[in-house]
Amino acid sequence: MRFSWMKGLLSAVGVVLLASGCATQKPYDYTAYKQSRPKSVLILPPLNSSPDVKATYSMLAQMSTPLAEAGYYVFPVAVVDETFRQNGLTAPGDMQAVPPAKLHEIFGADAALYVDVKRYGVTYTVLSSDVTVVAEAKLVDLKTGQLLWDGRASASSAEQQNNSGGLVGMLVSAVINQIANSLTEKGHVYAGIASQRLLSAHPNGVLYGPRSPRYGQDGVPQ
Amino acid sequence: MMMLSRGMSIGAGLLLAAVMSGCANQPKPLYHWGPYQPQVYEYFKGDGAGEQEQIAALEENIQKARAKGEALPPGYHAHLGLLYSKAGKEDQVKQQFETEKALFPESSSFMDFLLRKFKK
Repeated sequence: MRFSWMKGLLSAVGVVLLASGCATQKPYDYTAYKQSRPKSVLILPPLNSSPDVKATYSMLAQMSTPLAEAGYYVFPVAVVDETFRQNGLTAPGDMQAVPPAKLHEIFGADAALYVDVKRYGVTYTVLSSDVTVVAEAKLVDLKTGQLLWDGRASASSAEQQNNSGGLVGMLVSAVINQIANSLTEKGHVYAGIASQRLLSAHPNGVLYGPRSPRYGQDGVPQ
Repeated sequence: MMMLSRGMSIGAGLLLAAVMSGCANQPKPLYHWGPYQPQVYEYFKGDGAGEQEQIAALEENIQKARAKGEALPPGYHAHLGLLYSKAGKEDQVKQQFETEKALFPESSSFMDFLLRKFKK
C-alpha cells in the first residue's frame, strides 16, 4: 500500500518537473565534477569571437553573481584582470593560456572558468534588429587540469518580440528597436541574462557550491 | 465536502505556482549585491578613471548591507581595495584585502600574494 502511494507521489513530482520544462535534457556526466568538489572559481577574462570589442569586459562584469549565488567563492574579476596586466598579460587569449598549475599557485583557486563570447551585439536585418549574446564556458580543475563541466547559453531580444502587428507594425518596431539599441547598452543587459542562464545551478548547469544551503543536493526535487 | 474542495484548490494553486516558476524557484539571495557588478563594469569601461565615484558607491552600499544585516558578496572588499590603491589611498588598501580574507578564507593565498606585492 505504502509503496503504491510513493509511486503516485513520484509520478506527480515527475509531471510537475516535465511541465516546468526542466527534466527533458539528457543528464550531464558530473563524475569528475563531483570528485573535484571545487570551493572557489577563478573567472578568466573571456575570449571574444564577436566583432564588438566591448564583449569581453561586458560579459566579465556580469558573471560573478550567478556563480557566487550558486555557492562558490568567486575571485574579484577586476583585481584578477589587474594582476594579469601587471604581469604583462593584456589579452584574454594570453591570460587563458597560462597553465592551470601556475594559476593555482598565484590565485589559490580550485577551478577556473574559461569563457568564449561567441556572439555579442546587434544584428540588423530589414525588418528587425536583435540584440543577441551567446557564450560558452568550461570549468577546469586547476590542480589536475581536468574538465569538470562545460555549457553554452544565449539570450536575445528576439525572444520577447511579438511580430503579430503586420508589416507596418514590424517596420515601426524595427525603427524603435534600432533607436533603443543604439541609445542604451542593450548588449550588456543580454550579457547579464546569458550569464545567469550559463552559470546558475540548474539541471545540466554548474552544481551547487559549498556556500549554498543546497550544496550536495543537486537533482533532489525541492 | 468544503474541506476537500479547499484542499484541492490549495493543491491546484501550489501546482500552478510550481509550473509558473519553472526552474527558477529561487530562495533568498546569499548576498547583498547592491551596485557591485555595475561598478565593476564602470571600472572596466573607465580605464582607471572615475574611481572616486566608484568608491563612494561601494562605501555607501556597505552601510545599506549592514543596516539590513546582509552579507556582502565575494570579491567586494578586494575590489574596493583595488579602487583605493588606484585612488592613492594606500592606508585603506590593506584593510580591505584583510577583510576579504577574513570573510572568505578561500581567498587567502591570493590576498596574501597581493599584500606581499603591496608592501614592496
